[in-house]
Amino acid sequence: MAAISMRLPVVRKAVGLSAPRGGEKHLVVPGDTITTDTGYMRGHGTYVEEEKLIASVAGAVERVNKLVCVKALKTRYNGEVGDIVVGRITEVQQKRWKVETNSRLDSVLLLSSMNLPGGELRRRSAEDELAMRDYLQEGDLISAEVQSIFSDGAVSLHTRSLKYGKLGQGVLVQVSPSLVKRQKTHFHNLPCGASLILGNNGFIWIYPTPEQKVEEAGGFTTNLEPVPLSDREVISRLRNCIVALVTQKLMLFDTSILYCYEASLPHQIKDILKPEVMEAIVLETRQRLLYLEG
Amino acid sequence: MASVVLSEAEKVYIVHGVQEDLRVDGRGCEDYRCAEVETDVVSNTSGSARVKLGHTDILVGVKAEMGTPKLEKPDEGYLEFFVDCSANATPEFEGRGGEELGTEIANTLYRVFSSESSVDLKSLCINPREHCWVLYVDVLLLECGGNLFDAISIAVKAALFNTRIPKVRVLEDEEGSKEIELSDDPYDCIRLNVDDVPCIVTLSKIGYRHVVDATLQEEACALASLLISVTSKGALTSMKKVGKGSLDPESIFEMMETGKRVGKSLHVALQKTLDEEESLGTSRQKVGFLG
Repeated sequence: MAAISMRLPVVRKAVGLSAPRGGEKHLVVPGDTITTDTGYMRGHGTYVEEEKLIASVAGAVERVNKLVCVKALKTRYNGEVGDIVVGRITEVQQKRWKVETNSRLDSVLLLSSMNLPGGELRRRSAEDELAMRDYLQEGDLISAEVQSIFSDGAVSLHTRSLKYGKLGQGVLVQVSPSLVKRQKTHFHNLPCGASLILGNNGFIWIYPTPEQKVEEAGGFTTNLEPVPLSDREVISRLRNCIVALVTQKLMLFDTSILYCYEASLPHQIKDILKPEVMEAIVLETRQRLLYLEG
Repeated sequence: MASVVLSEAEKVYIVHGVQEDLRVDGRGCEDYRCAEVETDVVSNTSGSARVKLGHTDILVGVKAEMGTPKLEKPDEGYLEFFVDCSANATPEFEGRGGEELGTEIANTLYRVFSSESSVDLKSLCINPREHCWVLYVDVLLLECGGNLFDAISIAVKAALFNTRIPKVRVLEDEEGSKEIELSDDPYDCIRLNVDDVPCIVTLSKIGYRHVVDATLQEEACALASLLISVTSKGALTSMKKVGKGSLDPESIFEMMETGKRVGKSLHVALQKTLDEEESLGTSRQKVGFLG
């Protein structure tokens, strides 16, 4: 039976923006003077002009001792060494792949930064170069770690561990990088029955938890068997919860996503995206998180 | 059309999901995304509407101007469609990139409205063979999130519902020359009857089943799509197939039946929202583009 929901637009304020936590935030726009005190060191997002410290991006001012920087609220992904990213292959070049990671320049995955099947350790030969397309093609998704940053800001990735590599069946959600909280681990196996990779670049990958420890070939073979309906429901619900949290501007980390999932259980999966249901669920999540903080 | 690149595994996941009637966002095969409709958003038009269907954002403006009737239909007015794919929607539409898609959509709209009964064109006539109302319908694509045709047809219907054409009086001189007098009262106008205006329903074939209101990702997995225009009474006015794949006659028949069913509920939901907006009148808080 078809279900069509049409409504008139209503002005809504995002739940995550109301009520400041821990004091007022100092918000600036490009061109705003942050301070005229010359004792401060300038960090990211600031520049000095006529002895004044001026913001170059729109965001919140953060101060650590003498270092002042501005953290932008909506920005492209700026790579840092050690970040976990989820990216899509855009080009296959001579000894490298170009990966799209929602940053200013395409990231680079060198052939030498990729594990060979079976885990061999040797120099990559011409045959390996010719076989590049057999492994990663345009459109494939990978999970990788940032190895280094080139001088122009482009990020160099590596998949030199068995937990990184080509991704199989699942759902990708693209969010703003500033909403992904930096944590110790970005690979989560949620108790509700699905797994999550929270890429620092804002790409979030939801996939069915692999049953047993597959002999960790580094993801060279993709499993194309149909995913059972129960797993699909969990994945769809998680996807809608993440979209709800992002629309209401709440930070994404495993606990917030889990609380949001639990709050959404009384509703049908497709109803989660309705504005009023979204607000209710995220409000409940926020209350639980505040309670957790104590 | 704006398109996303997907990996093979993602496409397989989507196709299997559709087989089991559970799409990526939890919808069934015949469910639409949540839609928001607002009329009277552009002040210098005779009628306008804005429709947001998921990530697809469409703005339609209708301007009524006086013109000469067409030679083969001297006692009728007519509609002119123009579709502008703005570069806001995707970078592919920059410069002349969006022209091809724009002309395709405009031609589809001409076909959909080509049926005699969709809009009462005789009411647009002022003086047979001399003066008539021409409705210029301009469609602006603000954001492309899949399922353009459906959203555009909903917006066009809402804009035509909102259109107010000023009443004119034809005065005849002693010499026989006719003068057209526009009424001074801005609220003295005629409204169009949009009961028979059709809406387009796009059915995309994914695997062995078909879905309504496909997102960009689902469109990338669809082999072929069928666009059918349905009136509120369930009558089909036109049909068009798009896509590289082929459709066998049985699936076409099934898709037509689904389209008619879904189309009728779409009209009911749209009319309810438009009537609700009308009844609120001036007390409604206008959202427009700043909400």
